[in-house]
Amino acid sequence: MRTIIFRTIAPYLAALMVLFSIFVLLRGHNEPGGGFIGGLIAASAFAIYGIACGVAAVRRAISLHPMSISAAGLFVAGLSGLPSLFMAQPFMTSQWWYLNLFGVEVPLSTPLFFDIGVYLVVVGSITSIALALEERESD
Amino acid sequence: MAASNYNVDLSLAMRMDPVAPGDWLLVAPLVITVLGGALCLMTRKNTDAQPKVAIIFLSLLVAACAGLLARVLDKGVITMVAGNWLPPFGIAFTVDALGATLALTSSVVALAAAVYGIGDVDSSGRRYGFYPFLMLLMTGVCGAFLTGDIFNLYVWFEVLLISSFGLLVLGNERAQLDGAVKYALLNIIATTLFLIATGLLYGILGTLNMADIAIKAREAGLQGPLMTVAVLYFLAFAMKAAAFPVNFWLPASYHTPRIVIAAVFAGLLTKVGVYALLRIFALLLPDARVALADVIALVAIATMLTGVLGALAQTDIRRLLGYLVISGIGSMLAGLAIGTTPALAGTIFYAVHSILVMTALYMAAGVMRGLGGSYSLRELGGLYRASPAFAAVFLMLGFAVSGLPPFSGFWPKVLLVDAALVGGHGWIAASILVTGLLTTIAMGRVWIYAFWRGGAEGTADGQLTSVLVPAPGMTSASIWLPIGLLLGLVILLGVQPEFMMQVSGRGASTLTEPLGYLRSVFGGAVQ
Amino acid sequence: MEGVFSIVIGIFFAVAVYLLMSRQLVRVLLGIAILGNAVNLLIFTSGRLLREVPPIIPEALQVPDETIANPLPQALILTAIVISFSFFAFLLVLAFRAYQELGTDDTSEMRVAEPTGETSPPQGY
Repeated sequence: MRTIIFRTIAPYLAALMVLFSIFVLLRGHNEPGGGFIGGLIAASAFAIYGIACGVAAVRRAISLHPMSISAAGLFVAGLSGLPSLFMAQPFMTSQWWYLNLFGVEVPLSTPLFFDIGVYLVVVGSITSIALALEERESD
Repeated sequence: MAASNYNVDLSLAMRMDPVAPGDWLLVAPLVITVLGGALCLMTRKNTDAQPKVAIIFLSLLVAACAGLLARVLDKGVITMVAGNWLPPFGIAFTVDALGATLALTSSVVALAAAVYGIGDVDSSGRRYGFYPFLMLLMTGVCGAFLTGDIFNLYVWFEVLLISSFGLLVLGNERAQLDGAVKYALLNIIATTLFLIATGLLYGILGTLNMADIAIKAREAGLQGPLMTVAVLYFLAFAMKAAAFPVNFWLPASYHTPRIVIAAVFAGLLTKVGVYALLRIFALLLPDARVALADVIALVAIATMLTGVLGALAQTDIRRLLGYLVISGIGSMLAGLAIGTTPALAGTIFYAVHSILVMTALYMAAGVMRGLGGSYSLRELGGLYRASPAFAAVFLMLGFAVSGLPPFSGFWPKVLLVDAALVGGHGWIAASILVTGLLTTIAMGRVWIYAFWRGGAEGTADGQLTSVLVPAPGMTSASIWLPIGLLLGLVILLGVQPEFMMQVSGRGASTLTEPLGYLRSVFGGAVQ
Repeated sequence: MEGVFSIVIGIFFAVAVYLLMSRQLVRVLLGIAILGNAVNLLIFTSGRLLREVPPIIPEALQVPDETIANPLPQALILTAIVISFSFFAFLLVLAFRAYQELGTDDTSEMRVAEPTGETSPPQGY
């Protein structure tokens, strides 16, 4: 698997896939996409990088343990349900804020943070499974 | 793009009235366990901090569940619909006295297990994720007790199932893998049956909200397809609850993991199945319960008797206790078979009692192993001399599980036997009493062999073998505090049963006369 | 259309149940995979089949302007797929580990947790 072509191209491909996964994540509220599919794309980017350059390189690149990423995602997703408490609305009611950055209206919302949480959970858990399987193969 | 560009009249689709902050207690158990579980998972490497984080969050969970129960008793059934979409479109969380009581009892047991785990789970077990899995297991258990949507119930079942897999294989020993294979396969088949039934139910009634199903199923009457759905649900949850013909996964797996994990499983998992049976058959499909009453009664009697006879035939204490869990499930199903309000109250009270006492017994089995060095009745002996106080504790727990006064097992049996005799089900009453007698024999035998006898098998009468050397850590508070807490509750419920009688009566009457439940979801329009 | 789907679902269930009754763990796993797919098809058919447009409301409208496919079964199936996928992954690893440790994939030969010829408890008092 570790041909020179693949090893050269894999880092660029992985970087592009991670970028694309974030794009898919952010467009997810109103159009097809979202945290789950974005997370799968990012996890496959890490898997490709792992096949090409070895599992150790991936672990160095993401620096955190994948399960910790997953846990952080769970934490963010859990927190994103809470702001509606202060608006006397039920759990998970979406709250919107409109920020004006350099004349561009940027909508921020709790569903976005929930989606980011889902993204991190999926990235973390799928990456951890994929890396564990790749490690066993290379033994 | 932005929602502000439209003038949408949200009141057509959403509830617009503000939500009292107290109603947030309804989702607090889920939020607390998810956040706590995530924190534990993030600090997985820090094995000293983990128990502290877990105990803090589980104490919060106990407080939240206690607050929730108090609020339900004060204000009646509470509903919260996620995102405020009008039911039946939003995913509803609806809690009545039944759900709140079981959630409170489970969270007390989880807290006790977290404390017991300080001594029982070593640092490799902690790195492997004992505490995160325990917290996420509680997310699943509380979610199942609090939800008002049947597909959501399926999701919570899966959450608790996947956490229980993680706990079951913690340690990776051969026997664990063997037990986990059987546990995992049968439980996955059971949840798949649950999903099949839910899919068919959606096809027939077109709704997944429990209150909506309760209304529509009563309107539709008991047609052919609904009966199929009911039978599928019964089979699925009977597998979950380990009722007689489909209970073999339980004795095959519950003795394999660490003792504290076995304790949590014995307390919680099967009772979630019983809860689902109560919810489905007493609230959602009461006509099907009437039609299936004889089948449920047969299953209940068979479960009680085979459970306790299995217990009499075991040498390993943990497997003996596993069979007693099954036997208790039979008594709970008996209440469902009778179906009157007092009988259902008996089932609820029995579930609370069983959660507390089975967890305490498994923990006590861990102490017996620590003092006597074995789980086998042939090898144990002389424990009375090693610790007279512990001998008394175990005897009390044995009386409680057998249903002798003045412990918590007595009152639910009184309720069930009385309801059976009033309803003309003499056979059920007789089976409950015979089961109680056989359980007393089984527990008495454990006590005589492990505590009263001078030493291991072969020791002559009146002789004493050499003094037992307890394993290290057997005097630490982390072992005795949880057992003491659970035993205290068992005694309290036995001496002062009025409160629990009242609460389980409230829970049962919500099941048989669900107007309050339906009104809480749909407002005053429901007749 | 529903009739054809019902027959397909029936075949899926028959195959799944046949495989589940095997003693070989690998066959049981295949049975569980097929069972999961059968259930997904069942939910999909329960939500009524429509050859219509995807359930996306066009911009500047509050309700769809034509008949759309029922989105709820799709959401349910998506959830069920994710769950059954993760369970299947877990089961595969578990079965592999069990095969490594126990040296067999025949469930009736897996007797580590429940050994045959177990001693009965002591009989006298």
